[in-house]
Amino acid sequence: MSEALLPTGPVADELQPLPASGGRQFLRRLRSQPATLVAAGIVVLLIVVALAAPLLTALEGQDPTTYHPHLVDSARGGVPVGPLGGISAEHWLGVEPQTGRDLFARLVYGARVSLGVAFAATFVQLVIGLAVGLGAGLGSGWLDQILSRITDIIIALPLMIMALAVLAIVPPSFPRPVLVAVIIGLIAWGSTAKIVRAHTITLKQLDHVAAARLSGWNTWHIARRELLPALAAPVITYGALLIPLNITVEAALSFLGVGVKPPTPSWGQMITSANVWYQAAPQYLLFPAGALFVTVLSMTVFGDGIRTALDPRAASRLRIGTGRRREAKA
Amino acid sequence: MSTLTLRRRPLVLRRLPGLQGLGGFLLRRMVSAVATLLAITVIVYAVFYIVPGNVAQITCGERCSPAQVHQVAAQLHLDDPVYQRYWDFLRGIVAGRSFSTGTSIEHCAAPCLGLSYRSDQQVTELITAKLPVTGSLALGSLVIYLLLGVGTGLLAAWRRGRVSERLLTGLTLAGTATPVFVIGLLLMIVVCGQLQWLPFPQYVPLTEDPEQWAWNLLLPWTSLALIEAAKYARVTRAAILETLAEDHVRTFRAYGLSERSVLGRHALRGALAPVIALAANDFGSMFGGAVLTETLFGLPGIGQALVSAVNVADLPVVVGMVLVTGFFVVLANLVADVLYAVADRRVVLV
Repeated sequence: MSEALLPTGPVADELQPLPASGGRQFLRRLRSQPATLVAAGIVVLLIVVALAAPLLTALEGQDPTTYHPHLVDSARGGVPVGPLGGISAEHWLGVEPQTGRDLFARLVYGARVSLGVAFAATFVQLVIGLAVGLGAGLGSGWLDQILSRITDIIIALPLMIMALAVLAIVPPSFPRPVLVAVIIGLIAWGSTAKIVRAHTITLKQLDHVAAARLSGWNTWHIARRELLPALAAPVITYGALLIPLNITVEAALSFLGVGVKPPTPSWGQMITSANVWYQAAPQYLLFPAGALFVTVLSMTVFGDGIRTALDPRAASRLRIGTGRRREAKA
Repeated sequence: MSTLTLRRRPLVLRRLPGLQGLGGFLLRRMVSAVATLLAITVIVYAVFYIVPGNVAQITCGERCSPAQVHQVAAQLHLDDPVYQRYWDFLRGIVAGRSFSTGTSIEHCAAPCLGLSYRSDQQVTELITAKLPVTGSLALGSLVIYLLLGVGTGLLAAWRRGRVSERLLTGLTLAGTATPVFVIGLLLMIVVCGQLQWLPFPQYVPLTEDPEQWAWNLLLPWTSLALIEAAKYARVTRAAILETLAEDHVRTFRAYGLSERSVLGRHALRGALAPVIALAANDFGSMFGGAVLTETLFGLPGIGQALVSAVNVADLPVVVGMVLVTGFFVVLANLVADVLYAVADRRVVLV
């Protein structure tokens, strides 16, 4: 067997391609995609805004929960006073109809909820998906069978409906954003597990994994030292594509009134309450809807870009047809 | 994104002799479908048992005294052990069951999913009453998004490498990034509010007035279809480009087949499988998953009923709807597998 001739154990680790060069190649490919770079810039900006929400609102001199009754016209049903929904030096994006709460503050705190819940949910999905996928890929026949069947059933569960149902019965005393993240993560890890299992099975047959096995390392060690580093790329890519999906799910749950509860601001919730104000105060609807759109779009483009940079073969496969004119001549 | 999850291997009976061909395939798939549905009921029951929260208190109301709450719990059998309740539920589906509603005894016939905690109405009746609305929404939008999505994908593949393809790809990307409640809301504001071209949607049964039915549903159909079509356009384009890279397509080109014929007749066939699989899953899950569209447009379908059931912790209704949704997903996947085999003769039914 040729595998027996390979260096064993710790030596095999050193023979793996250096991560630095792989990383450099990845960055070079990433740089060659302008759309991805723009998206990455927006993603970074959004994360900074979400993290610095208290700072930004302090700079504006407002907070997301204080009512400003003098800024809304109660005679006209609570429409903000002033042009463009009350946009001014004090209130950068105007105020909320009826309550007069500062829209900019609510929007940036909403970004916190949106991104925080999505990242946390994705983390839960990836951890469970990795554990189950690795177990199924490495485990013996029956373990694989059981874990794969469970995964299939989890995939068949309707996410929105299950999340709705569970969220409605948990008492409101639970910290809501954490709850939403955990529930999304617990219901929607199926596809991650499937992908991890498929990759694990492919990786298992590679020489360096076989070498580690022959040198007597146990399964846990192989999973940790040989498989996890190789799984990082596909898992991170998939995670990057899951984040925008989770942002949409959180917004949808809040839109339906079972997600994050008031007074915590959330974009989905703002869209719901803006529903009836679109004529009198259209910016109240447009700001959260626009924020949601830009966030999900930039995260999706960014995730697509990472995938292309990590797996250029898949991307070039899709572009093979581009040389149509050349083919026509040939 | 989720195309990977759509085709599932059959659960059991793969190696039994005498089960070859379409009949055996259908039988095996049916067994696996029933097993999946059973597993879903177990999960749903387990979840509601594990999740903290006092259902009797929610059902009775905030102001109920402990004695009243206790009475409600006894009447709804909430004090029974969970396996007992699960067993009664399963028996109800197979053989029907009877409920005492305090004064009278109500019989609930064979596929019985229980009684609503709130209205004492049978869950099966409740669902059948809502089915036409959700069905109208799902079917109508399916037609629009299949045509629009596959058409756009085909166009993008045909114009590959040109500016128009980049434009289409950007548009579909924007479509996948927009939640349906945002695009629906904006469309409703512009089309119904500002321009007043369409009425604010209000469900009119098809049997009552077909013209009003379509006219009122046009906006919900379009909103849902725009989002879905973006997904289909991406899948179609990717599948066509993959097929174009295959050897047999090169052979067709070498024979001198026109680009139109290569694309329309041969490459499009490669896109059929993923599109059918995706459509089956979407169509099935829309029977419970059009929650957002129905809520936004106020259509009294299954999704809207589910949201209100969820808000009052009406468990039998929720469990019933999750099960019915699962049933439609499984059924649609089965139909897709058969369609898929008919469309592409290379497929072997295992």
